[in-house]
Amino acid sequence: MATISLDAVSRWYGNVVAVNGITMSVGPGVTGLLGPNGAGKSTLIALMAGFLSPSAGTVTLDGATIWRNTEIYRTVGLVPEREISFGYLTGQQFVLANAELHGLPDPGAACQRALEVVEMVEPAARRIGTYSKGMRQRVKLASALVHDPSVLLLDEPFNGVDPRQRLHLMALLQRFGAEGRTVLFSSHILEEVEQVARQIEVVVSGRHAASGDFGEIRRLMTDRPVQYVVVSDDDRTLASALISEPSVVAVGLRPRGGVDVSVTDLGEFAHRLPRVARDARVRLVELTPTDESLESVFSYLVGR
Amino acid sequence: MNSTIVRLSTQALLGRRRGLVLALIPAVVIALAVVIRVLTEPGTGYEIVDAIGFTLALPLVALLASSAVLGPEIDDGSIVYLIAKPVPRRSVVLSKYVVAWLATLTLGALPLLVAGLVLDSSEPTQALAWALGGAVAGTTYTALFLALAALTRHAVVIGLLFVLLWEGLLGGLLSGIRWLAIGAWGQEIAASVSDAVKAPGTGLLYAVLAATVLTVGSVWFAGDRLRSFTLRGDE
Repeated sequence: MATISLDAVSRWYGNVVAVNGITMSVGPGVTGLLGPNGAGKSTLIALMAGFLSPSAGTVTLDGATIWRNTEIYRTVGLVPEREISFGYLTGQQFVLANAELHGLPDPGAACQRALEVVEMVEPAARRIGTYSKGMRQRVKLASALVHDPSVLLLDEPFNGVDPRQRLHLMALLQRFGAEGRTVLFSSHILEEVEQVARQIEVVVSGRHAASGDFGEIRRLMTDRPVQYVVVSDDDRTLASALISEPSVVAVGLRPRGGVDVSVTDLGEFAHRLPRVARDARVRLVELTPTDESLESVFSYLVGR
Repeated sequence: MNSTIVRLSTQALLGRRRGLVLALIPAVVIALAVVIRVLTEPGTGYEIVDAIGFTLALPLVALLASSAVLGPEIDDGSIVYLIAKPVPRRSVVLSKYVVAWLATLTLGALPLLVAGLVLDSSEPTQALAWALGGAVAGTTYTALFLALAALTRHAVVIGLLFVLLWEGLLGGLLSGIRWLAIGAWGQEIAASVSDAVKAPGTGLLYAVLAATVLTVGSVWFAGDRLRSFTLRGDE
């Protein structure tokens, strides 16, 4: 059982703030670190892995400061996003070297066990330079697992991995979580995180935007006002009719035609729109949701 | 010291094209010595040892070796895999230093002895003096260049400027530079062994002290840089 705690952690580079006053605690089970690209996910993982000093605040593992403390690596396994450039080694040699560096009593057995877990025993005799992206990802995972760590940090582990290997990786992470390990991985894809993580931490623009299990995060994301564009033959009349609807919170006219509508209660809006249009004698031409992208979900969470 | 790091660094040093270039430098020095020995009388052309072997080849070998064991791994961030381990970072640096240092001694200092003996086998003391001076200078060069590799990704360029511009060109014009030139310290030590070597004039004590301080300081500094190694995401 191991817990990583961030307390009011900020990290800035000159004038650029990468992480802004984040307080969170990552405990046993699988936690997903969700956020758009450039949100500060890698920065957070670097802070938790002891490869970045916080500009303010503290990052600790079970109370011990992580920065400049190589002892934490007895407990922590790290799978960086960075590629392994040890292309001249075989997978076996690479994982074995990792086991030796951990000072394990039987590095050979540990290496074999880790390779078995990620199902890389067969190709381990080949040089890493010949591996596919998914295989490299699994060798990276094996190297991080070799000392049986209670904390596993993975930066974008599913990036560029083919669907079959992705499922395999997801199953592995779930297994580690079920074994009581603290597993944290980052991703910018909600569906990916939902499938694996019990706990989700959402980071946007370096800030901690939301935290909860995937049900809570889903609800937060679906309860928000949804944007639609309605195109009709008389936008102004439609707009004035829509604003009197309780399910509509804002209406705007588009310069080139069409009405921007912000809706809180989706079901009610879907039910009322045709009636409102008929009563106002307006013909509806088009109805388009404008912000289904994750980016807009994130910006809503931040603005909340 | 960590034997795994030593093994991996040796593989990184010899396993790539860099290993070939590294071996080529002393090969050229010795080949030149052989050619001159065959074509001329013994004792002529000793500048091969002095001006080429000691002043040029030795620092180049040290530069290539020390940047090869550390530079690429820091540049592409893959050193993370080696240092996300309960191994003191100073011991990682020390292990890498030892690998680069042994390479410099074998491929930078030892060829001075060989080339010297080839050129003039009647003067073994002079050849030995250059090799000894080369060993000391090589020790310090390797440490300095390792610190550079830990500090900046432009370590090779800066190292070349140091060797060619500072020690080479300016060192030849301004004699005061001998106080801050690793080559001059090595030559001072060589001069104390053989009268045939001209002493730059810093005194033996200063040369030994300066080389020691710079070596220890550089390795310590490189270890400190690695302790603060920062992984920056692509974002």
